[in-house]
Amino acid sequence: MTRYIVQRMVGMLVVVLLVLTIAFVIVRLAPGDPAALMLGPEATPAEAAELRERLGLNEPIPIQYLSFVGNALRGDLGTSIFFNQPVTRVLLARAEPTVYLALFSLIIALIIAVPIGIYAAYRRGSWLDQTAISTAMLAASVPSFWTGLMFQRYLATELGWFPAAGYGGPDADFWVRMGHLVLPSIVLGIVNSALILRFTRASMLDVLGEDYVRTARSKGMTEWRVVLRHALKNAAIPIITVIGLTFALLVSGAVVTERVFNIPGMGNLVVSAVLRRDYPVIQGTLIVVATLYVFINLLTDLLYLLVDKRVRY
Amino acid sequence: MSGDTILKVSDLRVEFAGRRSSTAAVRDVSFSLGTGKTLALVGESGSGKSVTSLAIMGLLPRAGRIARGTVRYRGRDREAVDLARLSEKAMRRMRGAEIAMIFQEPMSSLNPLFTIGDQIGEMLKLHGDPGPAERRKRVLEMLELVEIPAAARRIDNYPHELSGGMRQRVMIALAMICKPALLIADEPTTALDVTIQAQILDLMRRLQGELGMSILFITHDMGVVAEMADDVAVMYSGEIVEQSATRPLFARPSHPYTQGLLVSIPQPGRPEGERLVPIPGTVPPPHSMPPGCAFSPRCRYASQRCDVPVALVEARAGHMVRCIKTAEIAAHA
Ligand SMILES: Nc1ncnc2c1ncn2[C@@H]1O[C@H](COP(=O)(O)OP(=O)(O)OP(=O)(O)O)[C@@H](O)[C@H]1O
Ligand SMILES: [Mg+2]
Repeated sequence: MTRYIVQRMVGMLVVVLLVLTIAFVIVRLAPGDPAALMLGPEATPAEAAELRERLGLNEPIPIQYLSFVGNALRGDLGTSIFFNQPVTRVLLARAEPTVYLALFSLIIALIIAVPIGIYAAYRRGSWLDQTAISTAMLAASVPSFWTGLMFQRYLATELGWFPAAGYGGPDADFWVRMGHLVLPSIVLGIVNSALILRFTRASMLDVLGEDYVRTARSKGMTEWRVVLRHALKNAAIPIITVIGLTFALLVSGAVVTERVFNIPGMGNLVVSAVLRRDYPVIQGTLIVVATLYVFINLLTDLLYLLVDKRVRY
Repeated sequence: MSGDTILKVSDLRVEFAGRRSSTAAVRDVSFSLGTGKTLALVGESGSGKSVTSLAIMGLLPRAGRIARGTVRYRGRDREAVDLARLSEKAMRRMRGAEIAMIFQEPMSSLNPLFTIGDQIGEMLKLHGDPGPAERRKRVLEMLELVEIPAAARRIDNYPHELSGGMRQRVMIALAMICKPALLIADEPTTALDVTIQAQILDLMRRLQGELGMSILFITHDMGVVAEMADDVAVMYSGEIVEQSATRPLFARPSHPYTQGLLVSIPQPGRPEGERLVPIPGTVPPPHSMPPGCAFSPRCRYASQRCDVPVALVEARAGHMVRCIKTAEIAAHA
C-alpha cells in the first residue's frame, strides 16, 4: 500500500516535469521574438531588449530550461508582465472563487445526479427514467451562458434574490462573496449533473443485473438495502471516476460561467492573460492546472482502493 | 395440502414479457415436496428449472411473472400460505429464514466487495440480529460445519480469495445459517469438479439430516438424482414430462426423454467411448414450440399422433408420464 502510494507519487513527479517541459517549449516555439510578441506591436526595440534580459531569454536554451524547472519546483513561476507581480501570487488571488465555485457546483451536481441516476436505473424504462434521461440530455446541451443569463435576468435582476454578478468587491465579507457564487454554482451544477447522472445510471444498471444482487434479495432484505448497500458500492468506481474528472475540469476554471457572472477566478484570468499576451501567467496556469489534474487522478485511484479490496497495487 | 407436505406447486405458469407477446417459460407445472424429503427437478439446459425455483422464491427477473397457479407452502408450525400471492413484505420475512436458496453460479453469486463473514452474518442480522459477537461466533460455526479449512482466517476473506468449491460452501453456509425449513439448491455442484461435487453433496445430505430440511434439488445430472432424491420431476421445455418416486423412475423410465437422459449418464462399467449418448437436438425455444408434444421433434417414437397437446397422466400408481405412446414404448422396450 505505502509502496503503491510512493510509486504513484514518483509517477506524478514525472508527469509534472513533463508538463513543465511542455510549458517551456510552447513559449519558445512561438514564432518570432517572445519578448516582442509579449509586448505587442507598439513596443520599441529597447523595451523588447529590456524584457528579454529580464526574462533571461539571452541565456543559452539549456540554461534557461534548467533555471525554469528549478524555479518552478521551488514554487516560482515567473513574473506576470501585466500585473508585474509573481505569477503564483496572481494565481493564488484568483484561486478562491474558482475553488469554491468548483466545490459548490460539484455538490449540487451530485445532489441532483446520484439519487436520480440510481432511481432511474432501478426503475429502468419507466416514465421517470425516460424523463430523467431526456432532461439530462437537455441540461447538457443548453449552453451554460444561456442558463446563466436567464438566471441573472429572472432570479437576480427581477426577483433580486441573489447578486447578479461579481464577487462583492475587494473588502467583501466571506458570506457576501459566497452569496455571489450561488447562481453560478447552480448553473454549473446543472450542466455537470448530466454526465454524472448518465454514468450513475449506466453503472447501476450493470450492477443491478448481477447475480450477487439476486443473492442479496434471496436473503430477505428490503430493496433499499439491496440497492444502497449491495449494488451502489459496486457501481461506485465508474461514478467516482467521473466525479473526479468533473471536479478537475471545474477547478481548472469554468471560463464561460466566470465570464458571464464576472467572477474574478482562474477562468477569467486565463482569458484576460491570453488577450494580454501575458505568457508567464498562461504558462503558470497551464502548470498549476495540469498538476491539479494529476493530483485529483491520484486521489481518485486511492479512493478505488478504499472501495474495492480487489484492486491490487 | 396434507400434513407432511412442505411445498405444493400447482398448475404453475410463468410468462416473460417480450417485445410484442409474452412467452411461457414454465407451463402447467405441479409437484409436491414432503417435509424432510428431497425432490429433484431434472432437465436439460433451458427446460425451466431455474425459472421454476425463482418463481417459488418470488425472485423472477423483472420481465417474468407468475401468470397462474399456486405455490402453497407450510413451514414449521405455520398456516399454509400461497407464496405466489404473498405481499412483498411477508415474502421478505420468508426469504432466508424459512426458504433459502443456493444459486447455480458460485463464482458470481457472492458480492465481491464484502467479506464472506459479512455476507453470511448479514443473513443473521436480517432475521433477528443476535448482535455482532454472537453473529461472528455463529458464522464461524457454520463455516466449520461446511468444512471450510482455517475458517477463523477465512471468515475475513473476500470471495475472490476463495476457490469455486470454497465459494459454493460459503453459499451453502449462507443459505443454511438461519436453519431454513426449505432449501432450494439450483445446480449447486454443476460448476465444480467431480471430487468437490461429491464432497458438497455429502455435506448437503448430512446437513439435511442434522437440520431436518426439505430440499428442492435442481440438476441435469441423473447420477446426482439417484444419489440425492426421494422423488423426481423431469422437466422438458417448461413442462413436467415424467414424475415419480426415484426408484420406480430409474427402474422403469417411461418418457422417451427420461430414457434418453438415463442413457446419457456415465456408468462405471462402460467403456469411455460409449459413455455419453446425448439426445440429438436441443430444447425448442419458447417462441417456436411444436403444436403438440414438445419433445416430438427429437423423439424417435414420434408420429403424427403426437401433434396434439399431451396431458400428464398416471401410467402406474404414483408414476406420471406426459406421452401418448407410453404403453407402446413399454411393449417395445
Ligand atoms: N430473463 C428472461 N427473459 C426471458 N426469458 C427467460 C428469462 N430467463 C429465462 N427465460 C426463459 O426461460 C427458459 C428456461 O430457463 P431456465 O433458466 O429456467 O433454464 P434451466 O432449466 O435452469 O437451464 P440451465 O440448466 O441452463 O440452468 C429459457 O429457455 C428462456 O427462454
Ligand atoms: Mg438454471
